[in-house]
This record gives sequence, C-alpha cells and structure tokens, in this order.
Amino acid sequence: MPSIKIPTPLRIYTGSQTQVAVTGATIGEALADLTGQYPELRPHLYNGDSLRSFVNVFIGEEDIRFLSGLDTDIAETDAIRIIPSIAGG
Amino acid sequence: MDPVVKQLGDLSNADIRRYGRHLIIPEFGMDGQRRLKASAVLLIGTGGLGSPLALYLAAAGVGRIGLVDYDVVDESNLQRQVIHGQSSLGVPKIESAARRILDINPSVQIDKYEVPLTSDNALDILEPYDVIIDGTDNFPTRYLVNDACVKLGKPNVYGSILRFDGQLSVFYAKEGPCYRCMFPEPPPPGLVPSCAEGGVLGVLPGTIGTMQATEAIKLITGVGDPMIGRMLLYDALEPSFTTIRIRKNPNCPVCSIPADQVELIDYEAFCGMPSHDHVPNANGMLDLGVLAGVGQSAAAEAPIRSITPTALKARLDAGDDIYLLDVRNPEEFEIAILDGVHKLPKPRLQLAYEDVKSGRRALEDTVIADVPAGREVIAICRSGVRSADVVTMLRDLGYDSAKLANLEGGLLAWARQIDPAMPVY
Repeated sequence: MPSIKIPTPLRIYTGSQTQVAVTGATIGEALADLTGQYPELRPHLYNGDSLRSFVNVFIGEEDIRFLSGLDTDIAETDAIRIIPSIAGG
Repeated sequence: MDPVVKQLGDLSNADIRRYGRHLIIPEFGMDGQRRLKASAVLLIGTGGLGSPLALYLAAAGVGRIGLVDYDVVDESNLQRQVIHGQSSLGVPKIESAARRILDINPSVQIDKYEVPLTSDNALDILEPYDVIIDGTDNFPTRYLVNDACVKLGKPNVYGSILRFDGQLSVFYAKEGPCYRCMFPEPPPPGLVPSCAEGGVLGVLPGTIGTMQATEAIKLITGVGDPMIGRMLLYDALEPSFTTIRIRKNPNCPVCSIPADQVELIDYEAFCGMPSHDHVPNANGMLDLGVLAGVGQSAAAEAPIRSITPTALKARLDAGDDIYLLDVRNPEEFEIAILDGVHKLPKPRLQLAYEDVKSGRRALEDTVIADVPAGREVIAICRSGVRSADVVTMLRDLGYDSAKLANLEGGLLAWARQIDPAMPVY
C-alpha cells in the first residue's frame, strides 16, 4: 500500500502516527482515505475540495503541483509526504 | 556555480598557518580561503541555528559577520544555543555571540544590529552582505528575509527546525526558486507551533545550522553544488535525509516579477502572527509584545476576565464550583499540573472552534461540548497566553463571558505566588 508521511505539526490529529498506510489510485483518493481515517486532519489539508495553498504534497521528490495535482496517479510503493512549513530557529 | 564572492582577500602568514587544512583541499585551496576572507555574511538570529553558524563561519575564516538579534540570553536558550553560556545570562545575544566569535577568531569583523528586522530596515541591513542566512524563529521574518533577498538579488541560506525535524535549502531567485515558490502562504496562526511552543531537540539546530554554514561556504567559494532548487528534509527519529525538488513558480508573487518592483509588506499582518516566538520565560517575565494580541486566533476586541493565582486559590479553598480547564499539550501535563483540572489541549479545541465557526460541525459534536456552559470555567496554561485565546474562543462560541476567566500569568504565576515547589519550564 502507498503510505503518507505525516509532518510533526499534524501528528496531533493522527494519534501521533508518523506514517499512515492508505489506499487509492490517485493522490486525491489517498488523501481522502487519510482524512477518512483521521477526520480532524481534513480542515487542515483542504479548503472545500481543493488543497490549502500552504499544504505541500510530494511523491518521491516531486511536488504534485507540477505533476497532475490531486489527479496524480500513485503506485503501490509510492511514498507520499506532506511537507510542513516550519519556522523554528 | 560561480562563486558569489569575486574578490580575493590577502592571506597573512598567520592566516596560512590557521587555515592550512582548508588550503590543502584541492577544490578549495588558496582561492577558496581568499574568497572567505573577502566575504561578508549576515546571520539573522543568533539563537539555535545562529549559534553553530557563527561558530563555524568564524572559525572557517569568513572576514565579516553581521549579527541581527535583539534578544537577551535566557536560561531556556542554553539547551541548544551553544554560542552562549551560563556567564552570558541576561546579556544581549549579539554581545555574547560577538565575544565568543572573537575568541575563536579575532580577525573577524563583526557588525552588530541589535534591532528587530523590519520592512523598514531590512534592505539597508542586508545590502552590504554577500550571503544572507536565515536562522530566525518565526514566519513573518522568514517571508521578510526572502522578499528582501529577492529584491536585492542575494542568496538566502534557509534552515528551519521543529522538534525532531529540520529543513535546509538555498533560495536564490537569480538561479532558482525562492521561499515563496515552495511556501506561497504561511500556515494559519496556531497550526504550526514555534520551538518555544512545540519544543525542539537541542542538537537539531546543530545539525541544520552546520549544514547552512556549509552551504554558505559553498556559495562564497563556488565549490560544489549549492542546494538551490532542492530541499533537504532531516528526520532525526528515523533517522533519514530526504531531498525533494523545488521548482520556480512561474507565477510567484515575488520572484517572478522584476526585482526592483518587489515591495516589502507588513509581514506580521500577512502571517497573522508576531515576528518573534517569545513566550514568558520561567521567571514570569513577559517578553516584548507578547500581550499585544497580534496573531491571536480569535478576535479579542473586548478584554476577557482574568483571575490571579491568589484569588483562584482562595476560591478553590472556599469550595466554589469551578471547572478548571488546562489547555496545555499532553507533554506539559507530565511536568506540572494543578489538582482536579480537565485537560483539553488548545490545538484540539481550536480545531473544533474553527469547525463550529465554519459550520462544518455542531458544537455538541466536538470536544468543546465537554466544557460546561452553566458553570464557571477558568482556563489555565503555562503563561496565560494560550488560555486567554481559549477564553476568547469560548466567549465567541456563546459561552457567558461573566462565567469565563483566564488564570493570569498561568502556572508560572501560580508557582511564584502559591506553590514555589512546582517546577516551572
């Protein structure tokens, strides 16, 4: 199954899970599965049906904004990550 | 890439003795060291990231180092800010850092800017430097540093940390993307904790800060490939280093327009949060601006009721019916806690608040339903800032403001006034 890596600031909504296995053939389906498992995540990722502009989703080393966005196909072995904005120094 | 510093400084015999281990690296050699000597680097922040940066860049032979910081050294800094020591407590950070830099390398020219970096002074402060290093602790300053670097055509060596996670990149609009290409907008206030709120492993800024120093040296000398168009993600727990690609956004509001048209804006307003991560320290001293209300998640037009620890103690002793609501994070409950409190971390409460406000969920379906509407509720946190936000949110949801109060000064004040044996943090 593909997996989604959860960034530190959002782990409070995934019961501290750092990695969540998901189902789906596209990024959109995978994120829908993730937010189905952890509904509290949804408002942090979505504004209505589109991803919030500060949410960065990558497959491997690529930003899905430069692929096909939520329609980007994913494979069973893909590592998906949500990359957080952090500002500590 | 071509070296950012074109000028070659002159090395004395003493320099050659000192920097011999650099001079014999084939890719580095005399040229590399001479560029370092001629270089000027600006460190924004002399905290967690700024500490290793200043130590290593001074040792490496950077000729001129600018330091921007207006903070003083606090006990809670010493777990990670290794340029400062016990003897520097209460001393301005740039003074403490300058002392240590000059001990490491007396030939470094140090420029001190003991001011907050703002839209008004940023261009003047950044202008003389070849490389800018972002080691700040807050979103508004990060956007400001980025935009000023884009406008001035300077490379911005970016590092950022939280808990066990680190990020590293070089944003250089002439050669690749800028910070805004990756992060067009800041996260909403309250979602991403600062290190002061969320914590950070003390070693982590050492890992990221030393890598920033390496990137700065590479830019100055032209050795190797700087981390432009890529970001390194460090997860200290796994541990893993992952590199992702960052592309230049053709519609970036800052780096896609001519540099001279870039305008510096009000970054606190843009981010909805203050440009510092100060929270009151363990002595209960309130740092600058923390009560200004900037960045609070709920609108706070009218003042909220507050109660002092002494008054709360008296009411509890009298057996009054009070619902104590501790809004700190679970880790904090382990450090110190009052008897009989109900625990509801602010992030969970805030999420529920936003859901209710936006109509996604009814109040009864959220964790807020546990907070009784008919009883007196007193919110508690470490310093009284988060709990004040919670009181404002509850009031906004229709809770009777006459029955809501904030424990003034939080547990820090409670420990001072009521229970000196309580550990503070």
